[in-house]
Amino acid sequence: MKKISMRQMEVGQEGIIVAVKANGELGRRIRDMGIVKGAAIKVHGRAPLNDPVALRIMGFTLTLRNNEADYIEVEV
Amino acid sequence: MNTIALAGNPNSGKTTLFNALTGARQHVGNYPGVTVEKKQGTYINNDLKLDVVDLPGTYSLTAYSMEEVVARNFLVDEKPSMVVNIIDASNLERNLYLSVQFMEMGVPICIALNMMDMAEQRGIKININKLSKLIGIPVVPTIARTGHGKDRLMREVADNLNQRPVPLDISYGTDIDAALDEMEEIINSADFLVGKYRSKWIALKYMEQDEEILKLGRTASSSVSKMLEQITTRTSEHLHKTLDTYPEAMIADYRYGYINSILKQDVIKHEQDQNRLQTSDKIDMVVTNRFLGPIIMVAILLGLYHFTFEYSAMPVGWFESFFGWLGGAADAIMADGLLKSLVISGIIDGVGGVLGFVPLIVFMFFGISILEDSGYLARAAYILDRVFRMFGLHGSSVMAFIVSGGIAGGCAVPGVMACRTLKSPRERLATILTVPFMNCGAKLPVFALLVAAFFSENEGLVMVIITMIAWGGALLTAKLLRTTVIKGESTPFVMELPPYRFPTFKGLLIHTWERTWQYIKKAGTVILGISVILWAMMTFPGLPDSQTNTFEQQRKALITGSEEIQNQIMIINSKEAEAGLEYSIAGRIGKLFEGLTQLAGFDWRTNIALVGGFAAKEVVVSTLGTAYSLGEVDPEETGSLSETLAQAPGWRPLTAWSLIIFTIFYAPCFVTVVCIVREAGSWKWGAFSMIFNTILAFGASVFVFQIGSMLGY
Repeated sequence: MKKISMRQMEVGQEGIIVAVKANGELGRRIRDMGIVKGAAIKVHGRAPLNDPVALRIMGFTLTLRNNEADYIEVEV
Repeated sequence: MNTIALAGNPNSGKTTLFNALTGARQHVGNYPGVTVEKKQGTYINNDLKLDVVDLPGTYSLTAYSMEEVVARNFLVDEKPSMVVNIIDASNLERNLYLSVQFMEMGVPICIALNMMDMAEQRGIKININKLSKLIGIPVVPTIARTGHGKDRLMREVADNLNQRPVPLDISYGTDIDAALDEMEEIINSADFLVGKYRSKWIALKYMEQDEEILKLGRTASSSVSKMLEQITTRTSEHLHKTLDTYPEAMIADYRYGYINSILKQDVIKHEQDQNRLQTSDKIDMVVTNRFLGPIIMVAILLGLYHFTFEYSAMPVGWFESFFGWLGGAADAIMADGLLKSLVISGIIDGVGGVLGFVPLIVFMFFGISILEDSGYLARAAYILDRVFRMFGLHGSSVMAFIVSGGIAGGCAVPGVMACRTLKSPRERLATILTVPFMNCGAKLPVFALLVAAFFSENEGLVMVIITMIAWGGALLTAKLLRTTVIKGESTPFVMELPPYRFPTFKGLLIHTWERTWQYIKKAGTVILGISVILWAMMTFPGLPDSQTNTFEQQRKALITGSEEIQNQIMIINSKEAEAGLEYSIAGRIGKLFEGLTQLAGFDWRTNIALVGGFAAKEVVVSTLGTAYSLGEVDPEETGSLSETLAQAPGWRPLTAWSLIIFTIFYAPCFVTVVCIVREAGSWKWGAFSMIFNTILAFGASVFVFQIGSMLGY
């Protein structure tokens, strides 16, 4: 078990969210979508230019940019 | 009549349910002061009649987006008798996050558990009775696409109207709970904002640093507000020190915790692995694939373009011939004079101009609605975001650019309207302001004229260069705007990729119709007015009698002559038209600016033509024709004008380039300007687009012309 930033995750990799370091609007939008401590995620894919990233969480698919994924710490 | 509000996450089937409930009994307006759409309708079943308001889809009730503020204010100010919270049953956990926030507000609420069929397909079993009992709210299963369950839902709503449930009071952790209690006491004893909001809710919003509520609080009582803010700051610092977190994050964690505690009590059962690949995911493996994705996207964008502009060509033609016929009829019936000129050139052309865009708008919105409702639009944004983000735009901007003429030949009017699919306010505004640079169908005759006159050997190459100049200019200008007048962090991209769905035909039709009707109703009247003003500018003042008489005598002297003499009469008529144009307000403006525009190589004739181009870009061609005494030139048949220009003094290839660049970038036609005003929500941006674009265009033209001249071209 080690903690990495979501940006570093590879396609297909799974993990548990340990922290969301963003505040303000970005933090709020991330949390609204269910990305909170303890949620299980899986990296579903990446856009053709490698950014944004698509995640699978709670049974739906979510996309966010790499610089937004930087705020999310995941235990893999 | 009782009003009920539909609320829920985007993609939860909210609008589909709204359509199922109200059918054709609905209309669309705007919330005062903002560009968020307000949809209202009526549900009628036997003797049950309810007003239904479709609130904008939101994931939350914070103050970060216009949609959320609008939804929240509606609940507080209009006090609907019931909030029907539509929830995607296949996505229960996240959808309940919004429900929890309604429950915290203490509004009367009822849950429509929608897309039950989809949930079943995915092996999700929900114990509805148990869920309803645990959260203390009625829950009714529905399938909005088929209308299944809608009448039961409405009966349940009718039975519970205005019954406020016990507001939800959950724990947000000891630190925050203690702070909230303390704040609640202050709020209650000071009667702070109470009456409109629950005191606990005000405290919670202060803790979340909600801009709207903070603003309201500060105006209501700055001293009480200050006390509350101090408690918030103190708690925030404490949480940051001890747990390295923020109150907002804590509150969200506990809300999800509450939801989980409910769901864990045998409310939901997954019979399949939640991350199992669904059909939709399999489609995505191809559609967003690194290599196939972009190819498929280009094909779909070309398809949309083709659909919008090819298939609408026929109805556009019908409108044109109808108004042509109407103009001809008016010409035959009415006596010569100013009134006739006003009716034909001002009113009939104006109304024709407004309605001429209607088939385009219908086809564009139909096409985009399919892409939007099926879920593809979100994929296109996902694929392209990296590129558009570099220029301060959003992946979704691509639709607006393509429709506006990113593939030469579009139209900025539906393009500007296509920006509605963009949810990020700053990116949206930047897109609205830059799409008019694309080469719309009306600019093409201008380019064709100049290319035929000066670059007939390299037509194809020059057209490609023109398209590239438009794209480059638009993207760089977007970047410029986003670092100056529309400065600000890019809106977070965080976006759901909803499962692919077949759009419902009814939904598509309603969607398309209401947008089109809005255009006709709102934009139409303004456009007609401006059309009449432009007519007046090109007509008044009329030639003084002395001059008219001179032309008349010239004609009289030749009136009974051979064919050759008739031709001479034609020439005199054209000369008179030229003189009339030169004498009009538009002509005077053209002359007035000649000294300045010479820097870009434009004489007064070009100036007038460009003023005329504000009416519609192809008018540049016909006005140039009049200004060069060729009579009215049909923009489709510009051969004679090309020859004239190629030989006219003062014209050389460099002048043509300068005019091409000016035409790409200068003020959008006024129909587009009116749409910009409507979509951006203020005249300020309409005025900005006219002034800024013209200055930009002039700067670029002068630059090209001066540098080119220096280099000896």
